Amino acid sequence: MAGFNKVVTRYADAMAGLEDGMTVIAGGFGLCGIPENLIQEIKRRGVKDLTVVSNNCGVDGFGLGILLEDRQIKTMIASYVGENALFERQLLDGELEVILTPQGTLAEKMRAAGAGIPAFFTATGYGTPIGEGKEVREFDGRPYILEEAIKGDFAIVKAWKADRYGNVVYRHTARNFNPLAATAGKITVVEVEELVEPGELDPAEIHTPGIYVDRVIKGSFEKRIEKRTVRSR
Amino acid sequence: MALTREQMAQRVAQEIQDGSYVNLGIGIPTLVANYIPDGIDVMLQSENGLLGMGRYPYDDEVDADMINAGKETVTAIDGAAIFDSAESFAMIRGGHVDLTVLGAFEVDVNGNIASWMIPGKLVKGMGGAMDLVAGAENIICTMTHASKHGESKLLSQCELPLTGAGCIRRVLTDLAFLEIKDGAFHLLERAPGVSVEEIQRLTAGKLIVPDNVPEMQLDA
Repeated sequence: MAGFNKVVTRYADAMAGLEDGMTVIAGGFGLCGIPENLIQEIKRRGVKDLTVVSNNCGVDGFGLGILLEDRQIKTMIASYVGENALFERQLLDGELEVILTPQGTLAEKMRAAGAGIPAFFTATGYGTPIGEGKEVREFDGRPYILEEAIKGDFAIVKAWKADRYGNVVYRHTARNFNPLAATAGKITVVEVEELVEPGELDPAEIHTPGIYVDRVIKGSFEKRIEKRTVRSR
Repeated sequence: MALTREQMAQRVAQEIQDGSYVNLGIGIPTLVANYIPDGIDVMLQSENGLLGMGRYPYDDEVDADMINAGKETVTAIDGAAIFDSAESFAMIRGGHVDLTVLGAFEVDVNGNIASWMIPGKLVKGMGGAMDLVAGAENIICTMTHASKHGESKLLSQCELPLTGAGCIRRVLTDLAFLEIKDGAFHLLERAPGVSVEEIQRLTAGKLIVPDNVPEMQLDA
């Protein structure tokens, strides 16, 4: 079954083929469940003019925020970009384009792309600046806007465990956008905390079946916490 | 006296029905969780992908993979479910969440809401707010009745770019609890010690005042 062995051992191989101007879809919500080493590898490769699709753009110095340092991102498609001073400056200076997209619409754009659905109607954003210029159709008397799927040249995904066939499970709320991103890449790369043998993962509890996954790499992760809120005993 | 943030949360919590699925936005809505009456079972939905959000963790329970929609570390209750973002917004858009509580800059007599963008200021994004207001049947909007400069936030027509059109039915402010229907705000309750006249003075949109406007009942 060598044909199904998707494991690579070097990050350079994991992101091989990434070129200037490509679209990269990244999983993660805030700093939770982000493919931090794959992002580092994109920085190392120095590719430019990327369109990056992700709910957020990391923070200064961590996550997708590091791709701003060498101005590698041309267009950011995200729902919320508030945690990043460098992002703000590049946006105000006109060096960076941002396409704000409602969170649920963003998730559905990825899901639709992976499922072969080129566009869908949603009520989200109708009557707001997000709906301007988009096709409107009424269903049962309610107006909806047409939103198009987003396909990535690459999808970069962070998961908990995978086997070499690319079957994947995520841990807790680090799942978020990751399974959707995983379906939407022409090349989908998953980095994981643990590599396990085929059969160790319960087939009924796989979150992302291996058919969506092209490359798997084991990494080690900082897993930075954005807002550490605790209660005292 | 105008309600404090805590009292606003307390009043909203009285609207929560036993056995309901509730999404609480950031700010005052988050505080509502502290006032859910004993004996009422509620499942809190956090739109990053958690149904059954629990309390904040103790220091030794903190887990980077366990956060809420505000990116704060949280716990899950027994019986919680975790899912991806598309599933989460399927619940929201599909109208499966029983009650959504969120803040706003402005609302108007037609149920429009503006909460995400002030032109001229940097726009950080709408996050999940547009999906939440488009999807929920039952929304309570929490906000101060007027700005610090005394300008009403309850308008004939929202002036700021909208988050959603025609989707808000109930508003709790620091002065009043109101229902939006038939192109007007209908005054349901007033904050303890706040006069109908003051509410009228600070409501720019059409306000319908019934003969009797009860004071809110808040526990001490």
